[in-house]
Amino acid sequence: MAMKFLVCISKAPDTTSRIAFTEGDTQFDANGVQFIVNPYDEWYALVRALELKEQHGGSVTTLTVGQADCDPVIRKALAIGADDAIRIDANPVDAMQVATLIAEQARQGAYDVILCGKETIDHNGSVVGGMLAELIDAPFISLATSLEVEGNTVKAKREASGGLEHVQAESPVVVSASKGMAEQRIPNMRGIMAARTKPLNVISAEESAQSASVAKFELPPAKGDCKIVSADEPEELVRLLREEAKIL
Amino acid sequence: MRTDLYQGHDYLLMDELLTEEHRLIRDTARAWVKQEVSPIIEDAAERCEFPKHLLPGLGEIGAFGPYIPEEYGGAGLDQIAYGLIMQELERCDSGLRSTASVQSSLVMYPIWKYGSEEQKQKFLPKLATGEWMGCFGLTEPDHGSNPGGMTTHYKEDGDDIILNGAKMWISNAPFAQMAVVWAKNEEGRIHGVLVERGMEGFSTPTMKGKWSLRASDTGELIFDNVRVPKTNILPGRSGLGAPLSCLDSARYGIAWGAIGAALDCYDVGLRYAKERKQFGRPIAGFQLQQKKLAEAITEISKAQLMTLRIGQLRNEGRATSAQISMAKRNNVDMAIHIAREMRQVLGGMGIMNEYPIMRHMANLESVITYEGTHDIHLLITGFDITGENAFK
Repeated sequence: MAMKFLVCISKAPDTTSRIAFTEGDTQFDANGVQFIVNPYDEWYALVRALELKEQHGGSVTTLTVGQADCDPVIRKALAIGADDAIRIDANPVDAMQVATLIAEQARQGAYDVILCGKETIDHNGSVVGGMLAELIDAPFISLATSLEVEGNTVKAKREASGGLEHVQAESPVVVSASKGMAEQRIPNMRGIMAARTKPLNVISAEESAQSASVAKFELPPAKGDCKIVSADEPEELVRLLREEAKIL
Repeated sequence: MRTDLYQGHDYLLMDELLTEEHRLIRDTARAWVKQEVSPIIEDAAERCEFPKHLLPGLGEIGAFGPYIPEEYGGAGLDQIAYGLIMQELERCDSGLRSTASVQSSLVMYPIWKYGSEEQKQKFLPKLATGEWMGCFGLTEPDHGSNPGGMTTHYKEDGDDIILNGAKMWISNAPFAQMAVVWAKNEEGRIHGVLVERGMEGFSTPTMKGKWSLRASDTGELIFDNVRVPKTNILPGRSGLGAPLSCLDSARYGIAWGAIGAALDCYDVGLRYAKERKQFGRPIAGFQLQQKKLAEAITEISKAQLMTLRIGQLRNEGRATSAQISMAKRNNVDMAIHIAREMRQVLGGMGIMNEYPIMRHMANLESVITYEGTHDIHLLITGFDITGENAFK
């Protein structure tokens, strides 16, 4: 059955970016940082939605909560193959705010399957999908590694401890996508050209209360030097683990 | 299989001078190269084989004639987008970029600029997808820097011409379906002729034994009384200026491509210097290594600025042949120098095929020679600024 897919797309710093903070370590320093489509949103959620649309028909809309600096990553999603895009013009500050804004659009658009990445690779919150499902009173399948649709039924697999869990739910449903759901799809020139004229609808957002804020960011401690211990000297390894690493 | 760890380097925040679409096109080409080409390029170069299976993919990312209008199968992009694609291809291998340069600037460009409507409709859409590949025959065994002295010629015979002669050092020749051949008519005037594979008397033997551009096919074009319909002559322009205008387009692409090769060498050198330890610290901390790395990113940044400016001028139709010569000469020389310096940063590892530097270095020896040698470009600039012609 042809389904209406809504894919939530975030921007995230490129994984090679140098991470720094400003304003007393409370703000991310975006100066000189390249932003990409959050890989879980792009490689898995969006591409799987496009594959299912290609198999069964339907439509794929992307939705982003963010300001105009998100437009390049949205245009990439359109170049990969999404039919149209919505940007809710708000500064995303916490997960509940983002989920609330998405929920409003999700209700209005009457989508069958709402996909999001399992997390963004910057804040790694993993909670927007669950919050969204609760807000629109829909089932939530988290961390799905595969996704199929049969009629109104959505079937997914999840990696459980030591095996796989097969889950199914009736649409509308919210699914968070994990590695394995699809393969990365590189846009082609036809897609880039088509993206020029695909609709990117910007919707103004009402002020919403911030329920949580970051008190401080902290970088991980610098990596220590690596010591190479010869395979012929197990006693030396034990001594180092006991006396220097103090883990024995 | 070597993991391609390349990341772009943008010391002067040049991305802010590009459009959103430029960056998307550049990043798309980069992602495609990393996925499809990087894993196989060393093997292709070692076996001295052009990886033909890449042709449809090159077409899909818009590497073939991206500035050709959409009505002829192109993408209708600007000159900067074309340059960025060439940069990303040569970041991986000059031979790969050469294949795309020839198809775009030396085959599709003259058909688009000087071809009849029938010729455009027949050839351009197939060339844009890579279904057909083309090559460009200007250089001859005895006429390299002096192409106007060519001896390849044709005589009229009813509705046909009879073509005789030979061309040499022709990229894509061994597998191309067609060739844009520059030959003199009976009055000694140079015309472009579209010669198609299968025409009797037309052969394209491969040139073997290259230590450079090994992942690109190079060959000869031999015309032994080849009968070609007159409808295959490019009607829009004749004289040496016609092929030279194609070379302007190709040299512009090379200027961008050379930046790509330099960026890859710098990227590898910088990463290695930060990881390789001697005397108890990363070699990146030693002054002589920092000199090499700092000079490399300085020269790359200067080249990026010059080339982007020429791209802007080409978009406005104002870039001169001499300006393009300056960029081609400067950038290829810059790239080959950086390749040599980064090879030294890697010490002995720099000569191994685990790293791309020696391949880039060997490739760039061709790039500094073809499409106008390093010295000839100096004379073009010299002529332009003094008004004195040093060629004669």
